Amino acid sequence: MAAYNNKVKDMSKENVRARLMLFISRFVVYFILAFLTILCLFSFYLLIINASRSNSELQAGFTLIPSGHFWENLKNAWFIDQTYNALSIGRGLLNSLIISSGVALLSCYFSALTAYAIHVYDFKLKNAAFVFILAIMMIPTQVSSLGYIQLVGDLGLGNWFYFSMIIPSIAAPVVFFYMKQYMDSVLPLEIVESARVDGSGEFMTFNRIVLPIMKPAMAVQAIFQFVGSWNNYFTPALLATKVTDVNMKDGVNTLPIMIAYLRSMQNSKDFDLGLVYMFILLAILPVIVIYLVLSKAIVGGVTSGAVKG
Amino acid sequence: MSKDAKKIKIKRGKVVSYNKWGYIFLIPFLIVFLCCVIIPQVMTFYYSFCDYYKSGLKIVGPTWVGFKNYGDLFAPSAGGIIQFFKYLGNTLIMWIMGAVPQILIALLLAVFFTSYRLNIKGQRFFKTVIYMPNLIMASAFAMLFYNIFSNVGPVNQILNSMGIDTVDFLFITVSSRSLVALMNFLMWFGNSTLVLMSGIMGIDASLFEAASIDGASSLKVFFKVTLPLLKPILIYCVITAMIGGIQMYDVPQVLTAGNGSPNETSYTLMMWLQRFIGESKNYGMGGALSMVLFIVSVVLSLFVFRFLVKKKEG
Repeated sequence: MAAYNNKVKDMSKENVRARLMLFISRFVVYFILAFLTILCLFSFYLLIINASRSNSELQAGFTLIPSGHFWENLKNAWFIDQTYNALSIGRGLLNSLIISSGVALLSCYFSALTAYAIHVYDFKLKNAAFVFILAIMMIPTQVSSLGYIQLVGDLGLGNWFYFSMIIPSIAAPVVFFYMKQYMDSVLPLEIVESARVDGSGEFMTFNRIVLPIMKPAMAVQAIFQFVGSWNNYFTPALLATKVTDVNMKDGVNTLPIMIAYLRSMQNSKDFDLGLVYMFILLAILPVIVIYLVLSKAIVGGVTSGAVKG
Repeated sequence: MSKDAKKIKIKRGKVVSYNKWGYIFLIPFLIVFLCCVIIPQVMTFYYSFCDYYKSGLKIVGPTWVGFKNYGDLFAPSAGGIIQFFKYLGNTLIMWIMGAVPQILIALLLAVFFTSYRLNIKGQRFFKTVIYMPNLIMASAFAMLFYNIFSNVGPVNQILNSMGIDTVDFLFITVSSRSLVALMNFLMWFGNSTLVLMSGIMGIDASLFEAASIDGASSLKVFFKVTLPLLKPILIYCVITAMIGGIQMYDVPQVLTAGNGSPNETSYTLMMWLQRFIGESKNYGMGGALSMVLFIVSVVLSLFVFRFLVKKKEG
């Protein structure tokens, strides 16, 4: 009897210890998560606060409380192109919007088409084409950018800045791979065959039947491609130097180019800091809004492509 | 020929007539890829063997000079330093400083989030927050960090109010590199976390159950079950991070206004490439550097490729 009692005591002791351990490890985990959350959000919080403060307030000291100069800064940032032609933020937003939308649209449509070709049809070079696209998927575009901008320049397409930015996205191996993975899981060949029996042409089958099925994948990739293009800096900056038309030269700048330009001027000149913060805020605001609205689809889409478990 | 064989032949003929559409639908991709990637890559390759640069307002070349540009690329400059290796070293150091914590923290968080025992609440919120910096424009993020850490920025204001003298973060090698690494870490650890999480969730749950029935501690489960089975995805994560590391450009370029201050210790290979193509317009040297970077990324890509193919088979 005594032995039994001792055993129960031991067990409950162990239980308490296990619970205590769990409590402590949970506490540590939440502490780490809270720290990383603050690390991620703090700079953006500071950005919003500082975009609402005047230059003299910003020079005077640090605070975490917003001030009342938001509209003033907005007006200053928006009309900075009256002093600096190249920094027209309205123009930058429009340019980035045009290019990013074009990239999102073309990359999704044509990648789905390419994936469809390899998913549905059986032709000699099918495997070769698939392996080739997979193999080149990770090679960065920067290493061929020299040839590309020379090609664009040599063709005299320098003023066709938008086209030279958008057209390459028709061949987007990463989007292709995502679409192919998605088709493997949702598109049985019977659907295509029954469409054929009903007399639908191949191209019509793709447009009318397959594209609607692909909608969720298209939406996720459209977001990623839009954001990627919105943030793209290397190639657009090089292509912008190719524009020789004086009237167009400052008109083609995208937002990252403007940001870099503003940064290079900050080296030699004291800018109104409220304006600078507002400029940064305006450049990233569209993406933040998209993210806040669609975060569930975006976070879900990160892993459903290349490395589905 | 028997009747059956004839039938099959007819059927096959029909299939082939559909299958030509496979080629037709591949045409847009192939044409664009040929024009926008393959031809430019071949041109870049050709330029790398040419004297081809802008001198004043005049363009010299392209004239064939063989391997001269490659020789120049690895030749020591005035101070006896080989620029290529200096910039490669900078890129590597800043990459390691960012990528090591990135992978470790991501691994840690992935384990936390997938642990039944811990049962973390608010996962969606945390995942949303840690992934956000990945979507922010890198150049704008760098611009923000520049202003936060500038001589008149909030960080120095806090230091001043604590009685510490103003620290010029961009004129100290360690802090300048650390800022670049910190930004790269913040931008990518959320992404790695999500990838590793999906990897852990792909592991057969019965293995974890068996381990816990056998009385293995969480640490033991992690090192004996999770880590070995996660190895392929972990390698995938590291290699893709490396490919991202070669491309390190936006953050140091905007943070240091393109000069890699202090004393070019935060100057990366991609910044060098941009200088050849965009500013100094030395297309021959730019070509040679492009090809070196091309070869490095092809080698790294092969690892990713092997991973993806294996996964398809397995």
